[in-house]
Amino acid sequence: MRRLPDVYYLKLIFKNVFRAKLRSSLTIIGLIIAIVAFGLLQTVVDAWFAGSNAASASRLVTRNAISLVFPMPIYYRERMRTVNGVKSVTLLNWFGGVYKEPKNFFPQFAVDHENFFDLYPEFVMPADQLIAFKRDRQGAAVGRKLANEFGWKIGDTIPIRGTIFSGTWTFTLRAIFDAKDDTTITRQMYFHWDYVNEWLKQKYPRRMEQIGTFVIEVDDPSRTADIAKAIDAEFRNSLAETLTETEKSFQLGFISQMEQIILTIRIVSFVVIFIIMAVVANTMAMTARERSTEYATLKALGFGPGFVAALIFGEALMLSLIGGVLGILLTFPLAKGVGIIAAAVFAVFNVSQSTVLMQLACALVVGVVAALVPGWRSARVKIVDGLRHVG
Amino acid sequence: MPPLLVEIKHLVKSYTRGDQKVPVLHDISLEINRGDFIALMGPSGSGKSTLLNLIAGIDKPDGGILTVDGEDITQLSEGELADWRASNIGFIFQFYNLMPVLTAFENVELPLQLTNLSRAERRQRVEMTLSLVGLADRMEHYPNELSGGQQQRVAIARAIVTDPTILVCDEPTGDLDKQSASDVLGMLKRLNEEMGKTIIMVTHDAHAAEAARRIVHLEKGELINDAATA
Repeated sequence: MRRLPDVYYLKLIFKNVFRAKLRSSLTIIGLIIAIVAFGLLQTVVDAWFAGSNAASASRLVTRNAISLVFPMPIYYRERMRTVNGVKSVTLLNWFGGVYKEPKNFFPQFAVDHENFFDLYPEFVMPADQLIAFKRDRQGAAVGRKLANEFGWKIGDTIPIRGTIFSGTWTFTLRAIFDAKDDTTITRQMYFHWDYVNEWLKQKYPRRMEQIGTFVIEVDDPSRTADIAKAIDAEFRNSLAETLTETEKSFQLGFISQMEQIILTIRIVSFVVIFIIMAVVANTMAMTARERSTEYATLKALGFGPGFVAALIFGEALMLSLIGGVLGILLTFPLAKGVGIIAAAVFAVFNVSQSTVLMQLACALVVGVVAALVPGWRSARVKIVDGLRHVG
Repeated sequence: MPPLLVEIKHLVKSYTRGDQKVPVLHDISLEINRGDFIALMGPSGSGKSTLLNLIAGIDKPDGGILTVDGEDITQLSEGELADWRASNIGFIFQFYNLMPVLTAFENVELPLQLTNLSRAERRQRVEMTLSLVGLADRMEHYPNELSGGQQQRVAIARAIVTDPTILVCDEPTGDLDKQSASDVLGMLKRLNEEMGKTIIMVTHDAHAAEAARRIVHLEKGELINDAATA
């Protein structure tokens, strides 16, 4: 049994990788760009799903069965509370205001200040701030990311120009909440639904005591389907029939509207990988052609065709891994930059572990596929033909 | 009488070019004894390199018998033939065929990768062999840092480091100046005379052929003369 070539073999591969320095460098740069582009595009897709990924399994969302734009009577809450398995119910209503300019977009919600944060333990804030928020009818609670973005401090006045609820609304910042983990979004604003309802009572009495969504906490997450059915059954044949679903499904409902865009981004990210695969395959084909005499010499000396193929595979893999690892390392600072620029679009823009693993897998696949044809050809070439290549 | 090492009987070889079959060797019969130094001569296309390739086990004949040290190498599979070459054949090429990314030391160590020698044993053997060809002070040099003659001496060291049965040399002086060619031929002669190596050398050069003990002439694929040198 022959001893397997070890360090010597690795050294030979490493030296071969950097033999044609310019060509190898350009190929590695191409790989870096492709892996970074793939990572950023995947992160864009992840960012779209960030909200649904952070959704709780123990929360349901109820909306008007016809459409989200139609409200439901506030008294539904009392009947929901009687449904078996419902632990508590809170209110959530999209506000859709503008802070100074439209480009400063961030989500605002009117909520039931009494229990909203009880249902969202992922938002962490000091107890005194929560009390201050609850006590002040015009009080607002904002996420840390949003507060940092606009430099807001506790006690600041925040004017919001309403688009659905006309006029300029003034809120006082009473609480700043942090995220319990990386998946939680902290780029939104909450304030009292009572404050909005009071305004409706004066301006548009027919729209008062109406709410966009109910958020329901269940006592057993494994029974969410049954509880959702029971809630909707409660309001069947009423003026505003309901549609109750898990918070995740509710979030995914928004994303599904952008399904084609997400699909396109996914396709583009893989096209980028396919292109670099062709580039690396071309590099390896040129390399193998230039070295046909060396491979023939190795075979003449007694090395088998498998050894020659392994040399080519090893070189392609090392090339793609160098580019892949550098690309992955570069993705993190670039994603941070993109996250800052696109903060108004993506509340969370973090490179996930699965994206890194996919980048690494892509680099490996590029290396293996690029070496397939040249490796197979070089392994099969006859020694005399390879040696004849000289002069 | 030295023992018979290579026995060739009625050897036939042809190549296919397009649809045509081009005969290269016709009914060649030849015997080579252990310790022989044979020069294969002949004009281009005479079949001398093809005969050398067949003896070295890097090509297969269409017919005939070819035994080396009693083993019929025409019956070996590709894998068996590779193992056989690693143990029995040392190659010296016209253009040296060294690995450009490896140092002289690493190039000579290359065939030893196919043995079970330890790293220390390999080092010892490579250093000894490079000293033998006068390149002890050039071990860490890359081929492009060596002259043609020095590169060919590295190639000779690579060929003999595994102590093969036969050295096959394809125009070993074809790319060298007169002095380097003379040094290389002297080295081959010493390997033959002092270490008893069997050498089969293809050459165009009559002066190079004089280093051999026997000159075999081929023409149009046929053996036309087989004579001892003076």
